[in-house]
Amino acid sequence: MTDQTYRLVVVSAGVSDPSSTRLLADRAVQRTVATLEARGHQASVTFLDLRELLPELPQALSSQLLGPKFTHAVEALAAADGVIAAAPVYKAGASGLFTSFFQVLDNDLLIGKPVILAATAGTARHALVVDHEMRALFAYLRALPVPTGLFASTEDWTDKALSTRIDRAATELAILVESGFARAVRDDSWGRYQHSFGSAGGTELGIDLDSDLMRLATGGTLRDGEDPFDLSKG
Amino acid sequence: MQFGIMSVSDITRDPVSGYTPSEAERIDGITKIAVKAEEVGLDVFAIGEHHNPPFFSSSPTTLLAHIAALTERLIVTTSTTLITTNDPVRIAEEYAMLQHLSKGRMDLMLGRGNTAPVYPWFGQDIRQGLPLALENYNLLHRLWREDVVDWEGNFRSPLQGFTSTPRPLDDVPPSVWHGSIRTPEIAEQAAYYGNGYFANNIFWPKDHYKRLIDFYRRRFEAHGHGSQAQAIVGLGGQAFIGKNSQDAHDQFRPYFNEAPVYGNGPRMEDFEEMTPLSVGSPQEVIDKTLTFRDAFGDYQRQLFLVDHAGLPLGMVLDQLELLGGEVVPVLRKELAAKRAPEAADAPTHASLVKAKYGDAEPRQPRPNANRGDNVTGGSPYQDSDAAVASYPTS
Repeated sequence: MTDQTYRLVVVSAGVSDPSSTRLLADRAVQRTVATLEARGHQASVTFLDLRELLPELPQALSSQLLGPKFTHAVEALAAADGVIAAAPVYKAGASGLFTSFFQVLDNDLLIGKPVILAATAGTARHALVVDHEMRALFAYLRALPVPTGLFASTEDWTDKALSTRIDRAATELAILVESGFARAVRDDSWGRYQHSFGSAGGTELGIDLDSDLMRLATGGTLRDGEDPFDLSKG
Repeated sequence: MQFGIMSVSDITRDPVSGYTPSEAERIDGITKIAVKAEEVGLDVFAIGEHHNPPFFSSSPTTLLAHIAALTERLIVTTSTTLITTNDPVRIAEEYAMLQHLSKGRMDLMLGRGNTAPVYPWFGQDIRQGLPLALENYNLLHRLWREDVVDWEGNFRSPLQGFTSTPRPLDDVPPSVWHGSIRTPEIAEQAAYYGNGYFANNIFWPKDHYKRLIDFYRRRFEAHGHGSQAQAIVGLGGQAFIGKNSQDAHDQFRPYFNEAPVYGNGPRMEDFEEMTPLSVGSPQEVIDKTLTFRDAFGDYQRQLFLVDHAGLPLGMVLDQLELLGGEVVPVLRKELAAKRAPEAADAPTHASLVKAKYGDAEPRQPRPNANRGDNVTGGSPYQDSDAAVASYPTS
């Protein structure tokens, strides 16, 4: 065993109870925990049922004003070493609740973090939603979806192949978590990603006083070939 | 400590009566609101700037000059003047003129504006909004301080030997506030020049504004303008005051629920919990407003938004009675009692004249006779560089 306890966060947008989306996410996280433990690590799991955030969603979407549950969700994701994100497919796309949740988050909250993407649907014809739609969203967020996307429609629940794919995705996630990729990228390269003041869930508070814009703010100039520190004209 | 009101200039349907005022009615109304603000003892009236319906305030200096003429003590200002899409040369000219007409009872607040289509209407690119704002202010700052300016930048045609007229009243530039809700560069610019920094303090939890205000205070000190406590901070806020909490909530709720900015979003109670909005009795509004000072430190100007979201004129005037009659007098007393001795007052024309000249007479620029241009010498004014200002004779 190592000292490290890896923090996994499950984001489920399933709204029924019991929810097949939550069930798929649960199986993925159980296998991930088992894999991490088998590899000598400890893991903790935080479940975020997006249904509970519904009352806070309108204000988050209209005013970027996060209520207490949303704030808790942001804090959990900010601290996460690995994420399992699961959505039901509605009308040929990941559900509005799922998409809205991730659209509200700061762009830099999930940078480098490994993610299992999972979706459920009533028919296999929606199978590409995970890889064609959800993967693009997480690419935009600069997160790191694992190679295996999980998809379960009605017939998959009785097919052992689903368990194989879950094991595969869980192993991929466990190894990426264990590798420390997200932490290393953030430690070594955080400044190369675009941030705004107060982003990353309110944790990004760095201000570079040496930037071109800061020179302009202090009476300098943006023009090429002039000394930006020459304040004699300002 | 100054108290006042700020208007967005929205013309919004009253969701209770269903009535939408005409532009003419709303413009008449805003004049009455400003005059009332002085009557009830407030210090400041601020108007926004917009260039599209349903707003009327495209020409703030015209409105503010009119209001200044109707009032005696009121300071007229903006919330905000667009430093991005206005030519800084025109800002220098128009606001200097307002300064003369109001006898110095004015200042202005600069902002970038949040309406994307405005940029192309005025030939600008929103992607350059921040450098545009920073560079434009750098120019504006000089236009008010140097009789003759040579200037070249990225966003407007160069200036050669340009003089912005009229020169500021008593040759003391209008005091400037930089408004920003998320941009450290704007706070840095305010700090660098020793200008005021204003946070609208409406949409978000106070932690958000506190980070920027604290940064501004640190930088104000770093740039040598005084201690952090002497930095010049202004805050917005919005209040709806009723006889008691329940009345206030009942009256304001329909307006909140359909307000253009946050309507159909948060519940009013949640918004009160999470943001500086206060709805309630005078005492409740007083208590909530006092928390601003606890969070942000001693500050110099508090502006309330009171005339938005379709609130009818009569109700706004009643709000001003309550604000000026019952809320602000208590706030003045309580805040004065808590105030650190070193905390500055907001700059006024009188204080700036005093700072520049002491007891001496202020400079009154008198131009030389018209040469047809002002590019041929030093100063076009009689009191400086006379020898340089004429053609070489040898």
